[in-house]
Amino acid sequence: MIELIAEYWKPFLFSDGYSLTGLAMTLWLLVASIVMGFFLSLPLAIMRTSRWGLLRWPVQLFTYVFRGTPLYIQLLICYSGIYGIAVVRSQPLLEAFFRDAMNCTLLAFTLNTCAYTVEIFAGAIRSIPYGEIEAAHAYGLSGWRLYLRLILPSALRRALPYYSNEVILMLHATSVAFTATIPDILKIARDANAATFMTFQAFGIAGLLYLALSFGLVGAFRLAEKRWLSFLGPTH
Amino acid sequence: MSAGASRQVIDVNFFLNLIGVDLSALQGYGPLLLHGTWVTLKLSALSLLVSMALGLLGAAAKLSPLKLLNLPATFYTTLIRGVPDLVLMLLIFYSLQGWLSSLTEAMDWPYMEIDPFVAGVITLGFIYGAYFTETFRGAILSVPRGQQEAAACFGLNRWQRFRFVVFPQMMRFALPSLGNNWLVLLKATALVSIIGLSDLVKVAQEAGKSTFNMLDFLLLAAALYLLITSASNYVLRVLERRYNQGVRGMAR
Repeated sequence: MIELIAEYWKPFLFSDGYSLTGLAMTLWLLVASIVMGFFLSLPLAIMRTSRWGLLRWPVQLFTYVFRGTPLYIQLLICYSGIYGIAVVRSQPLLEAFFRDAMNCTLLAFTLNTCAYTVEIFAGAIRSIPYGEIEAAHAYGLSGWRLYLRLILPSALRRALPYYSNEVILMLHATSVAFTATIPDILKIARDANAATFMTFQAFGIAGLLYLALSFGLVGAFRLAEKRWLSFLGPTH
Repeated sequence: MSAGASRQVIDVNFFLNLIGVDLSALQGYGPLLLHGTWVTLKLSALSLLVSMALGLLGAAAKLSPLKLLNLPATFYTTLIRGVPDLVLMLLIFYSLQGWLSSLTEAMDWPYMEIDPFVAGVITLGFIYGAYFTETFRGAILSVPRGQQEAAACFGLNRWQRFRFVVFPQMMRFALPSLGNNWLVLLKATALVSIIGLSDLVKVAQEAGKSTFNMLDFLLLAAALYLLITSASNYVLRVLERRYNQGVRGMAR
């Protein structure tokens, strides 16, 4: 156990000497996909709650497909499926994009987390009490101003508990990235296992790192809820 | 092959062609894909059974006033839910094999290999048992306490109280989260191909590799998963209606 840590602590945490690995890579995957998924999901969530079917249905189909299939298959499609198409290979831009494993992984992760986030935000938008919107109308807010000043801030606050859950699930989901040769925590654990045959210890360390990250995220979101959600709690 | 069997195949193809499906596009990988789907379904159904049993036990332990039961159950749910299922899967699968090998070596038994299917069921059941523990714990707590007390007054014993009073009412509260867990479990079975089980994903990958048509086979596998999740959603809606019988305002 001690030798394993002595030899592998550096790649487990941040670098194998050549590139970003381990914990740092997992965090990068998480932050990049969550941030891109977040900004992509805001307009989509507004479309999802639209009264106009032509806006609502495409988003509904997107979330239905991406929430109904495993992330692993989505990753495989992005990583080994799309690159096999002749059209993609003949276009220099697409070819360069899909040749890089990182791009494929981030694409799959972003679309996946975006689909779940859209449903969370759309649910939160629907759960805003109508009185709040009426009050905003009374103050002369309408159109995009209504969304920017009232609907989105209110919905995002209400969505916080569900969103924190999605972020933690996404952290766990990033562990499939090693199948696309991304050197995240699990890939290092596999390498360490292959080199030392200390299976339980190698994967155990990976598990503990993920556990620490999960607890850190839970704590951070608890603080965020205290900050932004206390107005919904009981008054005292 | 008897004449009857071959005629049946022709008939199936004929009907599939009628609805616009051409099996020749599968290049002979149809039966393999079907088998992969069957493995996926079997694996998820058996894991569901194991994890629900573990979940009920875990919930009972977690609600028990005894520290000896309560603490390990809390430890189990916290630890398992904080670690990705894939990490646990690799950890349990490879460690089990390692421990078994050292055991057989120490006892001078012949070398034994764990069947990946059994390992998959055990691992998935163990992991999702933690999620089901939380589901059932919440659901049991949602059944008003008076119900249990009333049942006790009628002279029902522990098991009867659970079977006839708590369980039917608890299912109503448990069902939404149960259904959610089932869908997550179903999608998690895609990961068992990484530990070498020939499930739907693995079979699709193999077919794609040997026909140089990865994308189509992966898309087909995704479509099959979508079909299974959609069917599950339908069944869950029916079940929810059934368990919500007699509850005002829920009869939609």
